[in-house]
Amino acid sequence: MTSLFYIEHANGKISDQSLKAITAASQIEGDVHGLIVGSNIDEAVVEASKINGLSKLLHLDDAAFDNVLAEKLTQVIFNIAGDYDYFLAAATTTGKNVMPRLAAKLDVSQISEIVAVESADTFIRTIYAGNAIATVQTSDAKKVLTVRPTAFKAATTDSAECEVAKINAENIPSISEFVGEELTKSDRPELTSAKTIISGGRGMQNGENFELLDKVAEKLGAAVGASRAAVDAGFVPNDYQVGQTGKVVAPELYIAVGISGAIQHLAGMKDSKIIVAINKDEEAPIFDVADYGLVADLFQVLPELEQAL
Amino acid sequence: MKILVPVKRVIDPYVNIRVKSDQTGVETENVKMSMNPFCEIAVEEAIRLKEAGKAEEIIAVSIGNQSCQETIRTALAMGADRGIHVLTEEKVEPISIAKILAKICESESPGLVISGKQAIDGDNNQTGQMLAALTDMPQGTFASKVEIDGDKVKVTREIDGGLQTVNLNMPAIITTDLRLNEPRYASLPNIMKAKKKPIDQKSPDDYGVDVTPRVSILKVIEPPKRQAGIKVENVGDLVEKLKNEAGVI
Repeated sequence: MTSLFYIEHANGKISDQSLKAITAASQIEGDVHGLIVGSNIDEAVVEASKINGLSKLLHLDDAAFDNVLAEKLTQVIFNIAGDYDYFLAAATTTGKNVMPRLAAKLDVSQISEIVAVESADTFIRTIYAGNAIATVQTSDAKKVLTVRPTAFKAATTDSAECEVAKINAENIPSISEFVGEELTKSDRPELTSAKTIISGGRGMQNGENFELLDKVAEKLGAAVGASRAAVDAGFVPNDYQVGQTGKVVAPELYIAVGISGAIQHLAGMKDSKIIVAINKDEEAPIFDVADYGLVADLFQVLPELEQAL
Repeated sequence: MKILVPVKRVIDPYVNIRVKSDQTGVETENVKMSMNPFCEIAVEEAIRLKEAGKAEEIIAVSIGNQSCQETIRTALAMGADRGIHVLTEEKVEPISIAKILAKICESESPGLVISGKQAIDGDNNQTGQMLAALTDMPQGTFASKVEIDGDKVKVTREIDGGLQTVNLNMPAIITTDLRLNEPRYASLPNIMKAKKKPIDQKSPDDYGVDVTPRVSILKVIEPPKRQAGIKVENVGDLVEKLKNEAGVI
């Protein structure tokens, strides 16, 4: 049995999401090979080759893959699919974009966002936004899986460098082209890898008030998130969104400010180690999952909190 | 140009989910059902493209038991022109849904297929991408903006770090993210009108697709419940507890 794991990277670093998700691949019996794509990425390739548990790294050194398009990357994996039994990637927007396309080309079902590996063909995943946990068994010979990174510990990158083999891109379709990317600029850590997150909800009242969260976040080295209500109201961009339809996070500390605690939000953060809720409505459901609740007006609390830290 | 919009019937997003005591699944009997919210966004986007003169006809497709007709009617009431209902009692997996949709694409030749990025029951997020693979069409997943320009469609995608824009040859598959639009409510006259719009009834056999599941659900359980903790009096208390009790700051 051999698994192929698609490794994401940015700015010369392996994505933390990939490092976590590759741990799921290591829990499946057999070798794990990595695939990394892009040109001028020596640094990332060296780091990837030292990932604990990886026995071989395939590198597609091609500038056409500096920006990943699903149509092209799927074909690259499909070209070498005969050599592998398992195909895995982190359930990032890239993993979610590419892996189902691959599964269909292989004529198999995909198991999405697994949170545990039970056996060679049995996996655990959440359904209904985490309101139910399903154990599922696949009868497909080739198995395509995406992995929820927050459910696994990151693999270390201190092994001896494994074998690195260059591969080529063949039969790549040109039915789509990359136009551009507009990445949210922030000095804050990324939501999905942050150890501390402070999120605002509808109670923040407008986008400007998110500055109050920014100031506290600065003191804590935290990422700033938001509930769907705050995103729908246009306070902040969608990539702030924590919840069923946004990002699933599990930091050490999650501070929910002015968030009522709708099911859809809880689904995205209830695996956090410590949850703090700040809300003036003491009946808000967020308090049912909070380790520490503070019933108070957030506009008083946030400046005080900034001072106290 | 035709636009094909697959729509799924799911438990209403505002209903609390109950896991069955025999651990075989989630209770769906006597539970309020609705159109999957992401599918509503897909229907809305198709209607807006039609209103802008970019499309002539919108076809809503649903695959499932008899009650899926209601979901198709909802799409018709919003503004879709006709429906296709693929009747089956089987729980159809994304790969089989994609195969049926691929066959429908063959006969209807839509310029765009717009689907939700995921259904809020299975949370699979697969069908659009799979359909794209089976039809060799490009895919614009998690779309927050869709612009048709000649025989290409420019799609702005919600990605982890922000936004990405891709240009796709048409025909293409688009899957919707939340911010693409705000779906309209069907007006009463339109609900009445929708009753007269045609729905074609088909079966998976008509398309030669075997919908036997490949993934079996062994067990469905409730997630571990989080215990409510304590209330603190003020910010000072909170910071002290986070430092000394929880050790997280």
